[in-house]
Amino acid sequence: MTEPAQPRQAPAQTPDAIRVEGVSKSFGVVSALEDVTLHVRPGEVLGLIGDNGAGKSTLVKILTGFHKPDGGKLFVHGEEVQLRSVTHARSLGIDTVFQDLALVPGMSVYHNMFLNREITRGVGPIRFLSNRTMKKRSREYLDDIGVRVPSMTAEVARMSGGQRQAIAIARSTHSDARILLLDEPLAAMGAREGALIIELIEELGRKSDVSMIVIAHNYVHVLEMCDRVNLLRNGRIELDKRTDETSVEELTEIVAAEYRQPPNAS
Amino acid sequence: MAQAATNAQPPVPQRAGLGRRVAAALVRRREASILLILIGLSVYFSLATEAFGGRDNAQVVAEFSAPIAIIAAGEVMLLICGEIDLSAGMVFAFSTWIFYFATTDWDLPILLAVVLGLLSGSLVGLVNGLITVLVGVPSFITTLGMAYLLNGLTLNISGAFPVEPPGGETFFRFFGAPPYVTVYWAIGVIVVMTILLTRTRWGLHTVATGGNLIGASESGVNVRAIKVGNFVICSTLAALAGILESIRIDTIQALQGGFPLMFYAVAAAVIGGTSLFGGSGTIVGAALGVLVLAVLNLGFTIQGISAYWFDFVLGLAIIVSMALNVTVERIRQSGRLGSTT
Repeated sequence: MTEPAQPRQAPAQTPDAIRVEGVSKSFGVVSALEDVTLHVRPGEVLGLIGDNGAGKSTLVKILTGFHKPDGGKLFVHGEEVQLRSVTHARSLGIDTVFQDLALVPGMSVYHNMFLNREITRGVGPIRFLSNRTMKKRSREYLDDIGVRVPSMTAEVARMSGGQRQAIAIARSTHSDARILLLDEPLAAMGAREGALIIELIEELGRKSDVSMIVIAHNYVHVLEMCDRVNLLRNGRIELDKRTDETSVEELTEIVAAEYRQPPNAS
Repeated sequence: MAQAATNAQPPVPQRAGLGRRVAAALVRRREASILLILIGLSVYFSLATEAFGGRDNAQVVAEFSAPIAIIAAGEVMLLICGEIDLSAGMVFAFSTWIFYFATTDWDLPILLAVVLGLLSGSLVGLVNGLITVLVGVPSFITTLGMAYLLNGLTLNISGAFPVEPPGGETFFRFFGAPPYVTVYWAIGVIVVMTILLTRTRWGLHTVATGGNLIGASESGVNVRAIKVGNFVICSTLAALAGILESIRIDTIQALQGGFPLMFYAVAAAVIGGTSLFGGSGTIVGAALGVLVLAVLNLGFTIQGISAYWFDFVLGLAIIVSMALNVTVERIRQSGRLGSTT
């Protein structure tokens, strides 16, 4: 195996934010992951591409503690871990923004931002929500990372798809997530909205030491927002390249190769 | 920027005509519209009948409303997190009998008997909640079964004969004796439950559970605990209402409360803007809904209109309210009223 491309984010001696070694997982007779090895450097944005059914979702669910792998090892910031549950993964700073975003449409932006991490004040068990503080911090944080929403008290139901995605991402990074898994953040989004999210992901990549794994289908987007790209195929990582060393054409070529018919069959 | 009411720069959202602003306010604050209806009804009955606008009638309306409002407060919590309790009216009767037996048969001090009565309600709520959440039986069915089960149990243990509630003069004065003591309790419950719903994590998580069950649990909200807890709250409040009401009317009987009382509470919650789909609702709205029912009830009685027409109007009110809820929700989702981007 060749030496993996060296990312620019952190000195080589610091441990990887997340490291997966030889992980496998099958459901009954169906083998979803054969022998997956990948890593993400601190502060790095890794793009994960691959066809439907390649095992991307299974991998994400293992990394969030939802599935237990059949074999292989998992390292978080250099330490081997066995993820017991989603809550356990979250306590280690691994958070996921699912495609459904897990936002409550009828609730305000700031209550969504702080859902289950509310700031309260009071005595002993009698505690009340500090709405003003939560509102203020949501506003500050969203401003800070460049997410524009009309009002903190507006219901999420009235936000656009892009704004919702941005709120969901901001919620995770705001709550001390060190490793963020984004499951198709650009799915079903218009060009302008998509550009907003790409900008946000780039911004977070620059400003913070949050490491990200982004699942995406659009190679243009992947090259734009990611530092490195991995191709998952047949339950294995079949490509590991820095995005500035590859191109949309190359990625398309590699992915399409599998389906290439003999030249004369058009 | 709220008072920017001039007509310039189209992209700024908070600019709308008075009519639209009022409409938006009514959409956002459902209590406002139900309050208008309440005032309208009161004015109408005061003008239409000589007898309506008296102090005695104020007491009648208030005391008729008190137990329903207490139960409605609990139903609102359950409806918001996506469940319902059909057994609340039976708990109302059952727990009152537990309170009675605790003093007469088990010789417990009166306050301990009250606590035991309330706890018997809590226990029913716990069972309702656990069966619904752990086994996965829809709460409509769980609590329907529980309602019949409790009704049978209450009829059996009571021997179906009415009795007088135990306790002395002082106890009665603080716990239900007319005038208005049950009303003070109801107001207390409304205040406490409103704070619980709007100012605490419990309330927020209740809204989140009903608003997006999967999303809330993905966010780490313990949706099962929220649901079970709200079943317990609802049944305990039903027990409280039962004990208070039995002291007010100075009778304990097996058939008090029942389905009619529970359905009044649910109807009041719906009329007051609580969504049967979960995710939204207010305690104050439900209390106003109860008052609307009470005013209608009294007004019809004074006018000599048959009680059947009361049911007719109540049914109409429920359907119209729910239709309004659904429509308003669609308008909100489309973002045509209020600020949008």
